[in-house]
Amino acid sequence: MIRKALLTAVAATVAIATTGCGSDQGTGPGSATGVDLTGQTVEVAAVWSGTEQANFEAVLAEFAKRTHATTRYTSGGNDLPVLVNSRLAGGSPPDVALLSQPGVVAELAKKGALKPLTGDAAAAAKANFSDAWQQLGTVDGKLYGVYFKVANKSVIWYRTQDFDDAGVKPPKTWEELGTVSKTIADSGKTPMVAAGGDGWVLTDWFENVYLRVAGPDNYDKLSKHQIPWTDPTVVQTLKLLGDYWRGPKNIQGGPTGAVQVTFTQSIADVFGEAPKSSMLYEGDFVAAEINKLGKAKVGDNAKFFDFPSVNGSKPAVVTAGDQAVALKDTPAAMALMAFLASPDAAKIMAGKGGFVSANKNLDTSSYVDETTKQIVTSVVNAQLLRFDMSDLTPQSFGGGTSAHMWVLLQDFLSKNITPEAMAQQLEDAAKKDFGGN
Amino acid sequence: MAHASESVLDDRAPAAAPARGGSDAKRRNQRPPGEGRLIALLFLGPAALMLAVLVCYPIVNTVWLSLHGANGSQFVGIDNYITMFTTSETRRAITNNVIWVVVAPTIVTVLGLLFAVLTERVRRASAIKLILFMPMAISFLAASVTFRLVYDENPERGALNAVIVGVHDIFAPPSPYFGANPRENAGLTPVDGGYTTNATAGTPVNVPIVGLPADRVPADAAIATPAESGSGLRGVVWLDFTRGGGGKSGAIDPTERGLPGMEVEAVRDGAVVATTTTDATGHFAFPDLTGAYTLRLAASNFAAPFNGLTWLGPGLITPAVIGAYIWIWAGFAMVLISAGLAAMPREALEAARVDGATEWQVFRRVTIPLVRPVLVVVLVTLTINVLKIFDLVYVLAPESSQDDATVVALEMYRVAFSGRQDTGLGSALAVLLFLLVLPAMLFNIRRLRRDQS
Repeated sequence: MIRKALLTAVAATVAIATTGCGSDQGTGPGSATGVDLTGQTVEVAAVWSGTEQANFEAVLAEFAKRTHATTRYTSGGNDLPVLVNSRLAGGSPPDVALLSQPGVVAELAKKGALKPLTGDAAAAAKANFSDAWQQLGTVDGKLYGVYFKVANKSVIWYRTQDFDDAGVKPPKTWEELGTVSKTIADSGKTPMVAAGGDGWVLTDWFENVYLRVAGPDNYDKLSKHQIPWTDPTVVQTLKLLGDYWRGPKNIQGGPTGAVQVTFTQSIADVFGEAPKSSMLYEGDFVAAEINKLGKAKVGDNAKFFDFPSVNGSKPAVVTAGDQAVALKDTPAAMALMAFLASPDAAKIMAGKGGFVSANKNLDTSSYVDETTKQIVTSVVNAQLLRFDMSDLTPQSFGGGTSAHMWVLLQDFLSKNITPEAMAQQLEDAAKKDFGGN
Repeated sequence: MAHASESVLDDRAPAAAPARGGSDAKRRNQRPPGEGRLIALLFLGPAALMLAVLVCYPIVNTVWLSLHGANGSQFVGIDNYITMFTTSETRRAITNNVIWVVVAPTIVTVLGLLFAVLTERVRRASAIKLILFMPMAISFLAASVTFRLVYDENPERGALNAVIVGVHDIFAPPSPYFGANPRENAGLTPVDGGYTTNATAGTPVNVPIVGLPADRVPADAAIATPAESGSGLRGVVWLDFTRGGGGKSGAIDPTERGLPGMEVEAVRDGAVVATTTTDATGHFAFPDLTGAYTLRLAASNFAAPFNGLTWLGPGLITPAVIGAYIWIWAGFAMVLISAGLAAMPREALEAARVDGATEWQVFRRVTIPLVRPVLVVVLVTLTINVLKIFDLVYVLAPESSQDDATVVALEMYRVAFSGRQDTGLGSALAVLLFLLVLPAMLFNIRRLRRDQS
């Protein structure tokens, strides 16, 4: 269901964007934000830090300029749900939070902690987002969320120089990825960095291979634990991953070294001052970090290719997104929600790079670089589109530091565990975390 | 820092209370009994209320929650306590805490004592003390981030590994061709880090090598040429990779270079018969040998460079974090013990020296017994502090090592808030922590009472 919904969403985005009928910025409902909020403070909590935080603060600054409200940004990092939950328990939640996990949003909405969108905010969300994205922001028939930022998590970044030196082209299939890696290793470079220091990077690896191995129906079932994690498709996915990760010279530092590499470190290891590896798997947001490092230029000597297909699977994209939700029903919170749903806000972020919007009224010319436009296109052309599985599972399974799926995949990477044994461990954890199933 | 001030307050509060009680008692005799009680209640009221709300209620509530399930609604009895001692993660946390309590306070106290005694004997003692005490001025968070860099596995980033690797490389420099290997289909078998193949005199041996980065090809390497046949055992070792691709695998292509300085051994019946090295074009020859041999590229050609230790990996993480803890707290122990030393009667030391005691005897038999009360205070304070250690482990240990580094306080957070959301088990861990800290607290209170009387 989500797939269909997403497909329509993307189709709609393309249709409107490419035909150029997207009205100019400023005319969509809620974009002008004519509300005067002098003396009021809005607090926004999100996972972003570093460059992404700075970019988002530019959006908040614009909101502050238009409404005279004071804005405050709180970074929750990987543990944002913990922050939101504890602030809720303490009775002073942030006005707006941008949550990455639909599972958490649903939990909060059911608890009554979220406020449904009203007035301008609801109008802006309806005008600027396709039904599919609205659907993803809806819990029990009420619209709570606006997908401010979405991500294409099915791309692999590479150094063009290393590919040229080795004389290889971006691989299209999983087997080609193996041979390309081998050739790069022969050329004297380390082919890939797997940032096992951050569990979520490994869950993304798993999801991409799983979607290709098992297909969308199994993907949906597994994310709801309707099929067990001991399913042959899971074992096969783990086998493919294990064979690649443990292949001689395939990943930087070998399996035990890989779990020491954090996501940010991995980007510096490929696109930084002293490059160690040639390829890096993670979503489009890597672009912003590459730009920040300033040693490589996205689209020039830092490019990406789509995650390779497995056994002839169709182009597939694992997506994710940060959903803005209101935790207070104040005019200031709703005004900010309306602004975040507007093309104006998306345009500011798009202009900074490393940002993909689901806003259908955002003109593609707002994206500064060709690479981002390509990413938007590859999301659009995907025949299979699925939301990041770990974000759909219960928080204790896939939703944060020390969640079972994160930790177990780290173990699988660093310790020599068989795919069967790992599938069993995942199933044991899933039984506990999914409850009743 | 937060910990420091907290524990100092913990120590003083009970000490101050009896003193106040004592003077109150004297005054009470001079007033009508009713009025005194009212005034006492009036003054005690706010404090008692705060105590009830901020201390008593949370304790009772935590115990209550620890008897309930993950979401706090279903009564499960002592199930959480059973889980706590039976699942591997929480058991690991408890074991680690035991290691912490045994190791950290002891080392910190011993180091503090050493620093205190030694700084007494040097000039500019206060400057040295200031430097040693300085880590206390840094928050645990900042110290953790700093030590994360110190312990980084990559010698280019991690200060500690940079030192270790630097020292190691002086004695055992890395081999020139580490990371490289012969092509898989070239007929060489890996043996103990080296590679062997069968060879017969008269037939040249081709050894294609791959996996060597362009920037590590020796500067004197010349374009490789095919090995000429001739007398004896001969062959060529070359880098079989054409930059930019297009080279034929296993063949010497026009731009491919020989690898000079490669150590080649001729082996017969397990014994090395002759050894030679390749020249600039990668050629080697044993002109005098006849017949069949095993040709071996010595392991020393390929030995991987020493990269230091994985400080933040599963094996060393707890010692590494304890190391950072010692760095922070040794100065604190030193300052307290120095104060104890300063208050010590000098006559005792001098008397011992006059009686002919050696410095070691003076230290062992006079100094230590005299500062023992201070040592006990330091040890107990640190024990309480170590039992509830959290931030250092949380920030310093990378996510992938947290399962191995975890301690009770961290596990409590991980179980109850981060990810797993099991408030029942989290509360059970909190109760355990409380019970563990209790004896040390009681000991401190009793000792302070005794000092007062």
